[in-house]
Amino acid sequence: MAKAVEIPVREPIAPPLRVPNAAVRLGRLTLRKPLGAIGALIVVTLILLAAFADQIAPYPYDESIAGARMKAPSAQFWMGTDNLARDIWSRVVYGARISVTVGFATVALVTLLATAIGVTSAYVGGTVDIVVQRIVDAWMSFPALVIVLSLLAALGPGMLNLILALAILGAAGTSRVIRGATLATLQHPYVEAARALGSGHLRIIVRHVLPNVLATIIILATVALGTVILAESALSFLGFGVPPPYPSWGGMLSGSGRSFMYHAPWMALCPGAAISLAVFGFNMLGDALRDVLDPRLRGAGVRMRG
Amino acid sequence: MRTYVLRRLIIAIPSLLIASLIVFTLPRLIPGDVVQLMFEEKGYGKDLEEMRAKLGLNRPIPVQYVDWLGRVVRGDFGESLWTRQAVLDQVAQRLPVTLTLGFEALVVAVLIGVPIGIVAAVRQDGPLDFVARSAAILGLSIPAFVTSIVVILLPAIWWGWSPVTTFVRFSANPAAYALQFVLPALILGTASAAAIMRLTRGMLLEVLRQDYVRTAWAKGLRERAVVLKHSLKNAVIPVVTVLGLQVAQIAGGAVIVETIFGIPGMGQFLVESIIQRDYPVIQGINLLIVVIIVATNLLVDLTYAMLDPRIRY
Repeated sequence: MAKAVEIPVREPIAPPLRVPNAAVRLGRLTLRKPLGAIGALIVVTLILLAAFADQIAPYPYDESIAGARMKAPSAQFWMGTDNLARDIWSRVVYGARISVTVGFATVALVTLLATAIGVTSAYVGGTVDIVVQRIVDAWMSFPALVIVLSLLAALGPGMLNLILALAILGAAGTSRVIRGATLATLQHPYVEAARALGSGHLRIIVRHVLPNVLATIIILATVALGTVILAESALSFLGFGVPPPYPSWGGMLSGSGRSFMYHAPWMALCPGAAISLAVFGFNMLGDALRDVLDPRLRGAGVRMRG
Repeated sequence: MRTYVLRRLIIAIPSLLIASLIVFTLPRLIPGDVVQLMFEEKGYGKDLEEMRAKLGLNRPIPVQYVDWLGRVVRGDFGESLWTRQAVLDQVAQRLPVTLTLGFEALVVAVLIGVPIGIVAAVRQDGPLDFVARSAAILGLSIPAFVTSIVVILLPAIWWGWSPVTTFVRFSANPAAYALQFVLPALILGTASAAAIMRLTRGMLLEVLRQDYVRTAWAKGLRERAVVLKHSLKNAVIPVVTVLGLQVAQIAGGAVIVETIFGIPGMGQFLVESIIQRDYPVIQGINLLIVVIIVATNLLVDLTYAMLDPRIRY
């Protein structure tokens, strides 16, 4: 190969840009996207609860407190106690661990799988693309819950299997979106230019395709976190999740939570609120991220009133 | 148009074949053997091997698959391993129940989602938009089983009233039959309504920025005409696609709502069959659901052509 020809590049003349520091930018973003900021706050709280559950929870999650069966919420028991005299606030705090662990592990796996499948399928194209997409079609045409139920029944309960089942499920749909984004990126002249300059496939994918698909991947992952936490709680609710006595929010809602709910409504309402709040947080954060990272929908449209 | 439909049907065949393979293998991976289970619970038969041979479960799995597929193509879905009833007969009893529930949920989703989406887009960044968007995210965030429990629980605590959970058959009282689905359908439809609202808003926002809409404003048309007559038609096309996807969503959600409200539909049937490892029933239900969803997607694509004259097949 010939030596690369040195082309003299003239530095573009631009006024020096004053970039405000990170704190100022964060403050402005908070003002512009209050819902997103609330979402971020909820997500951070959730992660802190999960990380420091041992320090935050006033009682161990499986400790029966003598003489405190099904007590209503009070100063001592913020969320009351359950039928086995366990402190519900402590169980909700420990439950955050399951949601966070399952959520992040699943989404990491989904992102990895989906990016690999989606980018490869779009980049290679041709017959491979057609075959892979038909498999994705078949996979996607199953109702989500039905497929996970069957998978979990096959794999048996437990956190690792839960993560695997949810990841396999989520990967198909996500890979379809990433494939679409990759196809759009491949249309750009700079990809052709890179190829003309003799870049290998790996270099084109890593240097030119992936950075342009990254925004899509980040948005998908944030929204997927909410969906996965939702799915985890639904599965635990149906009895296919992490086995007791370890508390998962969905599990707390089913079984004893439901059978005692008329006498001790807090047993069902508190974990229910925890699930909803957590998913709400991820969804709002994802929404705000989409607005920030997808400039097409920024600002108000043309509107005139007579 | 006809060639397009034919082509689509031909493309659907490999997808359906792959789906049938997944549908067939998945339940067989469930640990625990149906014959063992029958033996323990009901004391059917004396010899496990004899029982297996009688049910045809001792043959190699590929042979079983081909045999099953051959029958399915001829409209025979086999019979339940437990009750010996034909799968199709059992499904025929339960499918209308789930279809009614699903249809009502879809109606709820559209009736709530589209109008709110329109208002939110027209008043972008206004207080109404803010409320609508927050409500939509909230609707997407609260799982159906939490809503169901709250809906059953709170009236019981406040007024001592709880929804009736005895199921009314269509033949007994058609009006009561349709009415009993309203509450579950509202719960099932909320999440879909939120998704539809967000998409309607997003699409309408894009359309409202186009030149022809500016022209419509410039002509002095009233807002009503600009939004409803000029913009909405173009914005609503992707919403139809999502409607197709929501069918799968609702089919999954029906499993939970049917379990909580005690509705004898396909979802409840499926959960029971998975617990009993009733292979023919699990396969039959899953395959039927897949066929319904594939058919819905085809229908969605055909609706495109009606809505958008630019698309011709």
